[in-house]
Amino acid sequence: MNVLLMDRERDFDASRSLPWNFDDVVADLGLSWIFDAMAGGDEVIDAVVRRAFAGSLTDVDAILYRQAALKDALRNPEAVRALYDLASSTVEDERRHYFGLLKDHPDTILRRSVEVMAMFAERLRALRTIAEQHVTAFESEAFDRLFLEVQTELDDTYLARIDAHLKDLRFRGGIPLSARLGPGNVGSEYVLREPNEPEGGFFKRLLTRGPATFSFTIPERDEGGFRALDELRDRGVNDVANALAQSNDHILGFFRALRDELAFYVGAIRLHGRLAAKREPTCMPSPRPTGEGRRTFQALYDPALSLQIAERTVPNDLDADGKDLIVTTGANHGGKSTFLRALGIAQLMTQCGLFAPAHAATLSVSAGLYSHFKREEDVNLESGKFDEELARMSDIVEQLEPGSLLLLNESFSSTNEREGSEIARQIVSTLLERGVSIHFVTHLYDFARSMHETRDEHHLFLRVSRSESGARSFKLEVAAPLPTSFGEDLYQEVFGEAPGDPEVAPAAPMLGREDGAPAEGATGND
Amino acid sequence: MRFYSILYRTPDDEAERRSADAAPEYFVDLALDQIVTGITAGREAYRLEADFQLPLSDPDAILYRQEVVRELQRDGVYDAVTSFADAMVAMRERLAARDAAHYRYQRDRWFLEAILTYVRAVRGLTAELGATEPRSRGISGLLAYLGRLTSSDAFMSLAAGAEDLRTAIDEIVYDVLIQGNTVKVRTYAGEADYSAQVLATFEKFETSAPKDYRAKFRDHATMNHVEAQILDAVARLHPDTFARLHDFCQERRDFLDDRIAAFDREAQFYLATLERVRVLERDTGLRFSLPELAPSWGGTFAETMFDAALAIKVRDEHPVVANDVRLDGDERLIVVTGPNQGGKTTFARAFGQLHYLAALGLPVPAAAARVHPFDGLYTHFEREEHVEDLRGKLHEELVRVHDLVERATNDSLVIMNEAFSSTTASDALLLSREVLRRIDARGTLGLVVTFLDELASLHERTVSMVGTVDPEDPAVRTFRIVRRPADGRAYAIAIARKYGLTRDALSERLPA
Repeated sequence: MNVLLMDRERDFDASRSLPWNFDDVVADLGLSWIFDAMAGGDEVIDAVVRRAFAGSLTDVDAILYRQAALKDALRNPEAVRALYDLASSTVEDERRHYFGLLKDHPDTILRRSVEVMAMFAERLRALRTIAEQHVTAFESEAFDRLFLEVQTELDDTYLARIDAHLKDLRFRGGIPLSARLGPGNVGSEYVLREPNEPEGGFFKRLLTRGPATFSFTIPERDEGGFRALDELRDRGVNDVANALAQSNDHILGFFRALRDELAFYVGAIRLHGRLAAKREPTCMPSPRPTGEGRRTFQALYDPALSLQIAERTVPNDLDADGKDLIVTTGANHGGKSTFLRALGIAQLMTQCGLFAPAHAATLSVSAGLYSHFKREEDVNLESGKFDEELARMSDIVEQLEPGSLLLLNESFSSTNEREGSEIARQIVSTLLERGVSIHFVTHLYDFARSMHETRDEHHLFLRVSRSESGARSFKLEVAAPLPTSFGEDLYQEVFGEAPGDPEVAPAAPMLGREDGAPAEGATGND
Repeated sequence: MRFYSILYRTPDDEAERRSADAAPEYFVDLALDQIVTGITAGREAYRLEADFQLPLSDPDAILYRQEVVRELQRDGVYDAVTSFADAMVAMRERLAARDAAHYRYQRDRWFLEAILTYVRAVRGLTAELGATEPRSRGISGLLAYLGRLTSSDAFMSLAAGAEDLRTAIDEIVYDVLIQGNTVKVRTYAGEADYSAQVLATFEKFETSAPKDYRAKFRDHATMNHVEAQILDAVARLHPDTFARLHDFCQERRDFLDDRIAAFDREAQFYLATLERVRVLERDTGLRFSLPELAPSWGGTFAETMFDAALAIKVRDEHPVVANDVRLDGDERLIVVTGPNQGGKTTFARAFGQLHYLAALGLPVPAAAARVHPFDGLYTHFEREEHVEDLRGKLHEELVRVHDLVERATNDSLVIMNEAFSSTTASDALLLSREVLRRIDARGTLGLVVTFLDELASLHERTVSMVGTVDPEDPAVRTFRIVRRPADGRAYAIAIARKYGLTRDALSERLPA
């Protein structure tokens, strides 16, 4: 039996390791706020959603499959919660029965396994009950399939059969075995026989007249005899104890998978609730194949930021269809980084099969999302900072492939603008040629200007807009990059004239004598 | 001729073995004891020592064995015989299990298994040997015997009886019910396999790699008393079968045919040797071969002859040096001289081993050889007793040598190593010359290792062989013994110089 709530073909693997750069992406995009909101303290949900974000789906159908299930979950949160609690508590309860089972005798293994199986049987029954109650309210392929399978496989006949086995496996009437004579006439090929046969059964035949039966009893003090008897019992139940223990493992695996996949939806329901409480919009995004280059949003916002503040965030629209490069410039604290994060988070959430933080969204899937953000803590470090940046960049380049999405935030700013711009130009243009999509938030004016001057129709330039009063709006507009330093104004202020004014001869360079005294003929403020 | 044994053509040939109670005197001198120990290692149960201690002097008796050796070197024959040997080991294990068991029905069962193994072994050997079409007198005689045995009434009824009983026992299935500390035993009544049903129920939850919770049970050779009581009950459920089993075992107490048992033992004589030969050839790169037999000492030769005991000892740690030797025309005395520790004694031993192993009909340590079977082998190696009375020692030596000379014939081989070393060189020379003249008069073949170079040119029938040293560094021995006139003592000076022990060197070293 499979769960298949998150993927049509296979159960979700919650134990797979996270990609090497996942920690960076989490830190750069502030994803911990989202994970915490989803998990609400539940470690299982936290682990599952992390892996779901990391294991981005790139197949449009797979995303739609999950979205459908998510819609069902959002419409039926109590049912999903109930199922999750059932699966969770079952896994927990099994753990209490398990101590070092592998080292025990078959007889002990059998007894413990019977107890656990009895517990499982009860839970399987409860699962079926929930499925029966809710099957009509669920419409998605994923939930419908699961509920149907639960109802078919765990029908009354089957559950009754389990109960019957459990009763027999307690062997209240004794352990019936058959055997043959092996080398030296020692008993061998022990086979456990059915204790209760339809026509009369083992025990019934004992009471009727029939062929001879020879019996003997081990006396109380005969320890060797009891040991021998124990071994005989162990030989007899060896296979069935193993079968039962293995079956328990299988059922446990099913409940565990069920718990993990439901954890994802429980987390999604929670996140949805938190955002809805702040009246932030969410929608089911429309996923498109990579080749289509789609990227449009209405009222896109950063949900991680929203979770941190009391007010609503400032949304932005974006039409970047057919654009493989978006360069965002403008004054600091103007919302550039926030918008960059919003784009990254929207991409990840979409490729998770979740809703998007927007009023409407249509976007192409990407083959991996990578972030290269300026490290705050590096701000005051002197040497080696540029090295560190480039080393990080190089690691990312190792993983990039056509269709990847790269988010750069103030990259290469740890060197002077001219060098930084040159490096940025080379890296960006090469990666674009290789089919990588790039969003770059930057102060490297030289770089931004030169890219803008190519007049490439696949490039988009955004700029923080400032109102007349100079107040921040956190809105972005489509606009060419502006130089950020106002050098012309300053020059004017100091020299009393604009630079490059034809009526004024270029000033002689200011020379100093070796002893530091100004040269003769040097101009100054007379 | 009716088949008797693969080692001896007739009972008379073997009679001497039964009467010999100790190894020949020269066994230790020639390191033959080490060779025999090396060969029989791991096969002590077969008691082969006595056979290894009886050299054959009749050329046809030797040939009889050489034929068997050649036969066993054919793949099909070797495999058939080793399979048979393994099966006989298995049979003895079952007999031992029978002896170790306490309960009657257990003992009977093990005995039955022993018989079945024996029947299978004999039938298998007959079939496999038959397919190889043996040519040696020994093996084809054996095959004829096997044919008669396996078609005899006694054997066939033994086989049929054992197989019937085994079938009957295999068909027994019984039920055991364990209720608390009571055990009930009854005939099986066809109840279904419950484990299979349980497994089927839970199949739908199967995953790919389930953990295995099953315990492993060791099979005990002995039965505990609970099992014994169960077996008793089973016997009472099937009284006929168990009674038949017991009677059968009583009747067939002596099922093992004497000739077959003897063959099983004797085969090891060859198998152990061939196995050891294979290992030594692999480790040293040197070859063994079956020697030609010559009617007299004339034409005796060996190519790359080596000391097999040394080879066994050093295995592949040191290279073992091999030497050639030959006697032309009427040469009858080999005198070996040369530096100490130069391989002379080893050479002498190798020569002795060559002849002895040839007399056993076995392959010899040489790539090719021709030997004359001896009627007596006499050795005189320096004994290590530290007799303080040198005169007493010389006397004792002379007595031994005298005894040796008196018994030697023209078909005898004498090997002497550093005789008369407890007296002056001139006395030793005198005594040696005398002894060697007497030996020569009898036509005995002699090999003498000595420091007396003069003996190397005693008479025309003397062959001088010398241990050689490395021309670059006389301290290095090559262990090669070559046919050459004796050197004199030139080598001694060079060595002395190397260690600063020449007159000049010593003068400088020691204060005046």
